Amino acid sequence: MAGEATKAIDPKELWGGGRSPFSTSYGKMMMWFFLISDALTFGAFIVALGFFRYTYSEGVWPVSEEVFFHIPFSHGHFPLLYVAFMTFVLIVSSVTMVLAVEAGHRMDKKAVTKWLAWTVVGGAVFLGSQVWEWGTFIAGPDGLISTWGDNARIGWNPYGPPQYAQFFYCVTGFHGFHVFSGVVINIIILINVIGGTYHERGHYEMVEKGGLYWHFVDLVWVFVFTFFYLL
Amino acid sequence: MERDDIIEYSLDAHHSEEKGAKIRKEILKVTLILSVITAVEILAGVFFGKRVVSSGTWEVIKYSYIVLTVIKAGYIVLKFMHLGDERKSLRLTILIPYVFFLIYLVFILLNEAFAVDLHNYNP
Repeated sequence: MAGEATKAIDPKELWGGGRSPFSTSYGKMMMWFFLISDALTFGAFIVALGFFRYTYSEGVWPVSEEVFFHIPFSHGHFPLLYVAFMTFVLIVSSVTMVLAVEAGHRMDKKAVTKWLAWTVVGGAVFLGSQVWEWGTFIAGPDGLISTWGDNARIGWNPYGPPQYAQFFYCVTGFHGFHVFSGVVINIIILINVIGGTYHERGHYEMVEKGGLYWHFVDLVWVFVFTFFYLL
Repeated sequence: MERDDIIEYSLDAHHSEEKGAKIRKEILKVTLILSVITAVEILAGVFFGKRVVSSGTWEVIKYSYIVLTVIKAGYIVLKFMHLGDERKSLRLTILIPYVFFLIYLVFILLNEAFAVDLHNYNP
């Protein structure tokens, strides 16, 4: 079980200069830097959304709880309920990810596998829900995708200004792409956990780095949810 | 000469089972806080929507959403991403530039957005 990392790292090595900046590993630091750049991209998207909302006078931009009120398998009127469910699923998958990281710090391979698997499941459920939301959004007020006349497309949508749908597709789509890549990365890490790669290595830091990315995805969703659905 | 004041990191950053139980309890506490805040936001969104309340109340609700979201973000970054457990140098390196950028972007939005007449834009 003793891998390379259970010995203290030779101070002359560390990052090659005898010192590790921020007292953290190279991979973790670079993941943080990448997350800052990605956060700025999403920040730019949300500020751009603000620009467009400014352009329109009061009452023209649709109120989201009047647009998003469907839930699967029902014809009732439940404003924002499904989005609340999606937010909850993503937060819970973040929690299972933190638990996986904590289990990794105790070298508890079984627990890491369990919690990481649940994180993957949560991510997949979120992705499926987002696909369903897109379908419902596109279908328009009559609820049928087959009637093209009132379907929401890039150039026009039945809810309000064209930019409403454009931002919906671009922001939730870009975020959904991040969720998808996060799920793929987590699956790869899960396969490695099950295969024992990290246990032999002596540390589960890869799980921690994957966790950083996953939490970032959750963080962005929290902001997208506030600025697109609530405000 | 070997410096002994710098504490290097070790990938062997393992903790015992008891410490693990304490950490898990804190994770649960943060989860509950996040869930409660989300529930409050959803309920406010459903029952105190923009068309339902007066414009003064809506202003208060609007800024409350933003404050609650920043609180949620803070908990996620500091506790779930463990930035709170990292060294202060890394914490500040990550947070300060980002916050500056964001304040700048919001400043531009609030002050200059009126000048960009986007929906009459005709190239």
